[in-house]
Amino acid sequence: MNAPLLDDAQLNQVWARLDLVMDPELDEPVTDMGFIEAVSITWPALGQNTSTVDVTFRLPTYWCSPNFAFLMASDIKREIETLPWVGQAVVTLHDHMAADEMNTAINSGASFGSVFSDLHPDEDLGALREKFDVKAFQRRQEVVIKALISLGFLPAEIATMPRALLEATDLADPEAARQKARYLAIVAQKNLAPRLADLAFPTYQGEPIADYAAYMGLLRSVRINMEFSGSLCRGLKRSRYMEADLSGEVPVLVDFTTQTHSHACR
Amino acid sequence: MYITPEGKEIFVLDGHTHFWDGSPENQKNIHGKQFIDCFYAYHTGLSPKEELWEKSKFEKYSADDLYNDLFIDGPDDMAILNSTYLSDFYKTGFNNIERNMSVAKKYPNRFIVNGAFDPRDGVKALEYIHYMKETYDIKGVKMYTAEWNGESKGWKLNDPAAYKCFELCDKLGIKNIHVHKGPTIRPLNMDAFDVHDVDYAATDFANLNWIIEHCGLPRLDDFCWIATQESNVYGGLAVALPFIHSRPRYFGEIIAELLFWLGPEKILFGSDYAIWTPKWLVEKLWAFQIPEDISAERGGVQLTDEIKEKILGLNAARLYNIDVAAKKKELAASPMSIAAE
Repeated sequence: MNAPLLDDAQLNQVWARLDLVMDPELDEPVTDMGFIEAVSITWPALGQNTSTVDVTFRLPTYWCSPNFAFLMASDIKREIETLPWVGQAVVTLHDHMAADEMNTAINSGASFGSVFSDLHPDEDLGALREKFDVKAFQRRQEVVIKALISLGFLPAEIATMPRALLEATDLADPEAARQKARYLAIVAQKNLAPRLADLAFPTYQGEPIADYAAYMGLLRSVRINMEFSGSLCRGLKRSRYMEADLSGEVPVLVDFTTQTHSHACR
Repeated sequence: MYITPEGKEIFVLDGHTHFWDGSPENQKNIHGKQFIDCFYAYHTGLSPKEELWEKSKFEKYSADDLYNDLFIDGPDDMAILNSTYLSDFYKTGFNNIERNMSVAKKYPNRFIVNGAFDPRDGVKALEYIHYMKETYDIKGVKMYTAEWNGESKGWKLNDPAAYKCFELCDKLGIKNIHVHKGPTIRPLNMDAFDVHDVDYAATDFANLNWIIEHCGLPRLDDFCWIATQESNVYGGLAVALPFIHSRPRYFGEIIAELLFWLGPEKILFGSDYAIWTPKWLVEKLWAFQIPEDISAERGGVQLTDEIKEKILGLNAARLYNIDVAAKKKELAASPMSIAAE
């Protein structure tokens, strides 16, 4: 029996799951960064009822850190496999110095440490992920606080604002509004303000902001570092892959193979 | 010499330049190709469109190109040429000291050539330091802690083998230790560009000047913290400065942090030639002011003309004992020339 025609709805579901995967260093979706190269769905063989989804992705440079790449690859696999009609997601990283090891590890379920133990025996991906969560929290928080300040809120009001008031406050700037939703999501995920009356802007440790100016200095330095990596990554990827326009609602799959890189790295 | 729009002459000592050979002929393997490709992506990613080079020229440019772009088209009075070996990637090294000395000899009075060594080479590294001092009288070295060396994928400034080398540098009067601490290239979890080793080395070698190229970015806060504690730690602006074109506000935030924490005496201009050319960088830096709101958040720091002059040359001149007035006279007496092509 022939495979049914590719269903756009299912492709859209895959892309929607991919939107939830962040570049951990930048706290931006891998889809926005243009890291996803191709998605394809293989329909179930006779007698089976789940599909296989193949995702290929690539990073701005050949050298991008393998541990970051591993986090992204495993998140891609996990997010897609939450779809009920997906039996397996196969993730393939291209054009990377450790592509072969990475792809084998991700798709066999091996741990990062077991594959890269020679290079970094004490890698703790859980701790690394936590470190990135802190940065994501702080970066989102700064955007929202700055937006509120520009609306006329005073530092003292920010420090004592309940979550309910933040939720009820409209931020006109689209980027601020986007970050507010993402900020509230990470606050909920980390259980930092379970009740509406809880502080909208605790520190990551759950404490109130004690010294506003010093705290904002900390948030600023976190953002400066993240923006540096982010703008370099965007620039590097644009140069490396002769960037195509990815501004459509569902990203168009473009052919990035005008520059073919050898994979014979190791 | 940079002449400001008001007609003032500004001495420019470009603290970070290269005369590399990244051509396919010199590449040892895929890593060599990917390394220069990555540099080229930095070049295309942050340069103004009218400053872009063809890939082949970028891979290998001539001594005349270098001289022209720095001193004739460009505003530099002097430039520090750093040596970078990357012997695991390039047959004769990426830019070895002989290659740098050849251009310094062709165009005298213009260049300070810095050496390089790899502490993992043990006794050979010590011998090489002696050799570079005796043969070329180097005043500084460039360290690349993420360089591969066989099985090793990086080293730290406070490794015991590195300390032996720095002891020797101190003894021989090689005072200026430039260290690449910049964008993530291959950190793994060990993060070979992590800046914390600078803290140890700078404390233990108080006689040496530690010039941290790229200011540790993207670890600016860690770098600022260390450079504030250690009076002998300096920040090189290469890679940070090109943002002045594509994202001037962002550059404003970086320079405000640096001025707030380090002060105006410890920041050094560097073009990172040939990734970027100095002309547009210097012009834009001279025209730049820190946006008011950013300055207000950092204690009102300002980028005054006096501070710009320090950043562009006077700070580096101090580190290399260059008498700026005498140097200006010397350069004025020897007209610039370039071989006809």
